Amino acid sequence: MIWNPEAECMPTEQRRRLQLAHLKNLVERVYEKVPFYRKKFQQAGITPKDIRSLEDIQKIPFTTKDELRETYPYGLLAVPEAEIEEVHMSSGTTGTPVVDAYTKKDIEVWSESMARTLSMAGTTRNDIIQNAYGYGLFTGGLGVHYGAKLIGANIIPMSSGNTSKQILVMRDFKTTVLTCTPSYSLFLAEAAKEEGVDIRSLSLKAGCFGAEPWSENMRKEIEEKLGLDAYDIYGLTEITGPGVSSECEMKNGLHINEDFFYPEIIDPETGKVLPDGAKGELVFTTLVKEGTPLLRYRTRDITFLFHDNCPCGRTTVKMHRLFGRTDDMLIIRGVNVFPSQIEQILMAVEGTDPHYLIVVDRGASHLDELEVMVEVESKFFTDETKGLEIIRSKIEHEIKSKLGISAKIKLVEPKTIERSIGKAKRVIDKRKI
Amino acid sequence: MIIKQISIFLENVAGRLAEVTKLLAKHEINLRAMTIADTADFGILRIVVDQPDKAVKALRDGGFTAKVTEVLAVEVEDRPGGLAKVMEIFQQNHVNIEYLYVSLEKNKDKAVVIFKVEDIKLGQKIVEEHGLGGKVTL
Repeated sequence: MIWNPEAECMPTEQRRRLQLAHLKNLVERVYEKVPFYRKKFQQAGITPKDIRSLEDIQKIPFTTKDELRETYPYGLLAVPEAEIEEVHMSSGTTGTPVVDAYTKKDIEVWSESMARTLSMAGTTRNDIIQNAYGYGLFTGGLGVHYGAKLIGANIIPMSSGNTSKQILVMRDFKTTVLTCTPSYSLFLAEAAKEEGVDIRSLSLKAGCFGAEPWSENMRKEIEEKLGLDAYDIYGLTEITGPGVSSECEMKNGLHINEDFFYPEIIDPETGKVLPDGAKGELVFTTLVKEGTPLLRYRTRDITFLFHDNCPCGRTTVKMHRLFGRTDDMLIIRGVNVFPSQIEQILMAVEGTDPHYLIVVDRGASHLDELEVMVEVESKFFTDETKGLEIIRSKIEHEIKSKLGISAKIKLVEPKTIERSIGKAKRVIDKRKI
Repeated sequence: MIIKQISIFLENVAGRLAEVTKLLAKHEINLRAMTIADTADFGILRIVVDQPDKAVKALRDGGFTAKVTEVLAVEVEDRPGGLAKVMEIFQQNHVNIEYLYVSLEKNKDKAVVIFKVEDIKLGQKIVEEHGLGGKVTL
């Protein structure tokens, strides 16, 4: 099922001409409207006139997440504020959010991208989509919602959590397409089993799973346990949210909506652009975005690009399932978490430079579990257990309220967390992804 | 009388308590009283020893988190109603007790009970006024 054959199956040369036209328009717009970009262009010694071919994009400096933080909230805005119809954000490294502001047209592009994504998983207007991505500032919930609206499918806006209700709705409303994080799908399968519901015998036929890394093995497990076809979908708030790329029925790489989001792979050390098949850092330019356009945005995600004449008929470039990150960001139940954020919370609560270790695992529940081991400093140790319990619950509460995730805090004896020379090892990720 | 109690943070890991007792033995420190407050993940060992300053240093040098707290050592008659009598005196004088445990010490027919109270000065005053301090030697 191809949502927009004209765009998705366009001959490559024709698409490249379209991309170049979009790119020229984009650089002219941001040069004129966004002082941040004009300054970067000037520092690089270029003007929009220097962009004459798609290859010329390499003359444009990269944009980084740090710069998004420094320009918070509206430093990258390329339209008058009144044109903004919706704002989403995700957490940044220091707690300063990263903002994506959408104009009416940006929402249309997002809806179109998600309609393509859902269609790749076989969704039509006859389907019943149970959307268990969180609604709110997180882009997952509304992204799926807009795509489903465009297709005209029946969208059930469940949002995340509330597992018993999810199972009830799935059974009684005969959900055909499930959208959530891959780990939550497995959690649902377990919960259904416990409630005596045979999830395989329900009406599910497809699932669009993303917002966290997963593997081929996990796909097999999900497909077996839920009795559906599982598709990988990719996106990030900065670029648009979900809808940047997704798998078709071949389940072999994610088609990038490259008429909107122009991808490059670079060597993260040198910034040099790498050819098809070479692994490196994924970089995007939002070709048609009006609200907060991004030029050569470094995602920190590691993958490679390839063109494979996909039997599905789409001619768009594909990216391989993610291999990892160039930084230490963790994705826990779809939430981006940097160890430095946890460190800051520990420092604020304890008032000292803490020794800690973050352990991420997927337990029997299949959901990401975050444990933070913290060494007990003598300054906050007393003869009573309640003193330590108060500190522990305070840290748990701070992590929950600042980062939006639940963490188990384990107090450990001093010097039990391994000291390393140089950069301390702060994270052990036991998830088998 | 007011005495020094040492609290030690212990993870719920097999063998940790044995390491404490081994360390104390090595430094020839004699244990006079002990109790453990435990939670699911960790415990706090509270001990009274014959040489508290030496014990604290040895423990800290051995990598333990140890803290000194002042507690009351109170003589309690070792017969039915002995503790009840002391508790009644504390209650009447508003001495709030956080926790208590019994020491190995015994002066003839009197047991020595360790009290952690909210206000140790008040506690000490009441103990002295009612002659509960005795000649506690730990």
